[in-house]
Amino acid sequence: MRTGQTIDRRVTAGVVALAAIAILLGGAVAGLLTEAASNWAGAVAAFDGYMARVVRFTLWQAALSTILSVLPAIAVARALSRHPAFPGRGLILRLFAVPLALPAIVAALGVLALYGRAGYFAGIFSSLSGQAWPGAYGLSGILVAHVFFNLPLATRLFVEALDTVPADQWRLASQLGMRAGPSFRFVEWPVIRAALPGVAGLVFMLCITSFTIVLTLGGGPRATTLEVAIYQALRFDFDPARAVALTALQILLTAIVVAVLARLGANAVGDANLSVASPRVRDATPTETLLNSLVIALALLFVAGPMLATVLAGLQADLGRLAGESAVLKATATSLVLAILSALLAALLSLSLVMARRALQLQRRAGQRTLLERLTDTGAGFVLVVPSIVIGAGWFILLRYTGNVFLLAPVMVVTVNAVMAMPFAVRAIRPAYDAASERHEKLCALLGIAGRDRFRLIDWPALRRPLFTALAFAMALSLGDLGVIALFGSDAVQTLPYLLLARMGSYRTADAAGLALLLGLLCLALMTLADRLGRNRYD
Amino acid sequence: MRSTISYLLGVAALAFPFAAMAAEKLTIYTYDSFTAEWGPGPQVEKAFEAECACDVEFVSVADGVALLNRVKLEGAATKADVVLGLDTNLTAEAKATGLFAPHGLNAENLAVPEGWGDDTFLPYDYGYFAVVYDTEKLKTPPASLKELVEGDPEQKIVIQDPRTSTPGLGLLLWVRAVYGDKAPEAWAKLKGRVLTATPGWSEAYGLFTKGEAPMVFSYTTSPAYHMIAEKTERYQAASFPEGHYLQVEVAGITTTGAKNPLATKFMAFMVTPAFQDVIPETQWMLPAAKTSKPLNPAFDKLVKPAKTLAFSPQEVAANRKAWVDEWLSVMSQ
Repeated sequence: MRTGQTIDRRVTAGVVALAAIAILLGGAVAGLLTEAASNWAGAVAAFDGYMARVVRFTLWQAALSTILSVLPAIAVARALSRHPAFPGRGLILRLFAVPLALPAIVAALGVLALYGRAGYFAGIFSSLSGQAWPGAYGLSGILVAHVFFNLPLATRLFVEALDTVPADQWRLASQLGMRAGPSFRFVEWPVIRAALPGVAGLVFMLCITSFTIVLTLGGGPRATTLEVAIYQALRFDFDPARAVALTALQILLTAIVVAVLARLGANAVGDANLSVASPRVRDATPTETLLNSLVIALALLFVAGPMLATVLAGLQADLGRLAGESAVLKATATSLVLAILSALLAALLSLSLVMARRALQLQRRAGQRTLLERLTDTGAGFVLVVPSIVIGAGWFILLRYTGNVFLLAPVMVVTVNAVMAMPFAVRAIRPAYDAASERHEKLCALLGIAGRDRFRLIDWPALRRPLFTALAFAMALSLGDLGVIALFGSDAVQTLPYLLLARMGSYRTADAAGLALLLGLLCLALMTLADRLGRNRYD
Repeated sequence: MRSTISYLLGVAALAFPFAAMAAEKLTIYTYDSFTAEWGPGPQVEKAFEAECACDVEFVSVADGVALLNRVKLEGAATKADVVLGLDTNLTAEAKATGLFAPHGLNAENLAVPEGWGDDTFLPYDYGYFAVVYDTEKLKTPPASLKELVEGDPEQKIVIQDPRTSTPGLGLLLWVRAVYGDKAPEAWAKLKGRVLTATPGWSEAYGLFTKGEAPMVFSYTTSPAYHMIAEKTERYQAASFPEGHYLQVEVAGITTTGAKNPLATKFMAFMVTPAFQDVIPETQWMLPAAKTSKPLNPAFDKLVKPAKTLAFSPQEVAANRKAWVDEWLSVMSQ
């Protein structure tokens, strides 16, 4: 009876979600290939010594960025999770979502405001080293910016995973008198380890595709990623075959890394019992409290520094005029509508995948994972390493004769942003869903609760908070990328980031700084709202 | 009842001119900074619509390169009557598509340096590339391209990457035009002064105004924006006696537009004062034809190049890839 209708329906939902992703990617590739026709010379010629150097640098910077973001994030997440009443904890977690919403150039300028040649710290660094501070350019600059983006992201995802530790385990640990060490080993590490491949894989994908950060802070073309080469292939020499070949290479490299990362992980051993304990039992000695506070403070300083610089720059702008401009108001509305639509779509698709994966895992019980299960697991994540300019160009080619292509631009933006946000949303939802399923699956089967009733009564209370987190993440992300509409026409999608980049491109740097501030505040407001809505009655 | 009738009449009255306009429509593909609310698009649209009693529709894509790619992909089925926003580094490739028709207009009275002999594309503005510097940070700016190349490596410049950016390609061509086959050696020297090569103009100019470097690669007209809009003379362009590299922005009629009489009308309108008056203080480029009144005096203070440097569109099309690869191999050592 266990593999009854419920599970099948969950699998069906997952298959539908996978099909949606497949259509989005397949369509883009098909489009580019029809245009590439038989001209593969450029694609073949792309694989030379230069490309080998590009690949080496791409992997090197992505690996370093991942390690430097994820390892400290474990410490920060653990510290935050052990102190549920840490002053400003909620605000810190919300602030940690803001970098995601910032266009790369805004973050780069924020980082440079601190560590650049003219940065606030340049004087200190110069007097320490005895020579003029050369600024954070080259690999160090790239790494600082990537950690700024990804440390907070990884922290949030780890906190989300740690929140799935049943309260009973905390209580037991406390009753057994476990100190920080044993409690980490027996309670926290298993959960972190289960989440590690997913989080590290996500960060790796975000760093391997870095473009603006790498070129702006890289100090010259020695710092070049595959993404730059793909972009180049679709610009001056419009060579779809080469773009497809390089994208395939990027996917292959990522697949290898993700496969290696998967070996680091382990399946979380959930708790099949219902939690009865109060969720607020955490013991920490004064020393540990001090250390944890220090860890949190350092992370906060690192992340808040560039944000504070962005705020200070934004305050120089004529904010009153900006906020009253009809273009700004319209762009804010457009941003919100597009972001909400893509966030809802992303959450729906992600939930389908998460449920399908769990259902397939339960069906299997033992033995090898099927291809379908693997696809619902990490497969979908690979859309992140397909550059949006590739998706945009491919779909433009397919749709170009359908009439008003520019009317399709908003549809493209919503779909692509939704699919790009899925890897984030999946990671936010999955630990909670799997933990809840571990606890309730048998009970549901026993009581014959399935379908909508099950979702409403059993899953929703456990999923409410992570679902809203996923929505907020997806919205923050969707405020960003616009590469997909480069060819479609921009009239219908003049969002806030779009307006920001447009102002920056026409000497209006103060306006751009002001808009960056507005964008950050908007993101913070969305996060606060998601937190409020996601709060359970009992929290 | 009466209100219903008057409402219906009102709707009819509104609908009628739209029906009439639909027949007389001109579709112009351009890039989005042209149609931005501070760009020339809105004023140009208003002025031309008043003259032609027609409806102008702009479709704006990311930039000039995306513009060419879009037209190429749409081929003969393109809805564009006019494509506005290519530059002379792209026109050879654009012509090779066979998607553009001769403009058939007299190009004698244009104000573009070196004259104009292209029968397919007409210019609407032009500018000279230049090194723009911060007078508060740099007391003695480089007095020539040679001084820029060989100067103090501690005084940095932010440039754009020629693989992704039009000005970036401009600097590459400038160095080529002055140094010829010795260009790689010049880049090897200049490399030490390059703080970074950004993906586009915006990022480079952003770093420059943030004070990260005292110099940026931009246009001779950049200081005009700061003088007029910000009332400051802090940012100035350096004059190089070797000459400055020229960028001309053009428009052309597509094979679709060849069937629409409004397309030729628009091209003729483009080189009249009604269009050209708008250019200087929206595009921050120089007008390609006569304006009705003299430009803002700030424009008189700009660097006037002693010599104009430019490769022909054919030379650029034939060599761009090789030159960019050469640049890459020097710069990534």
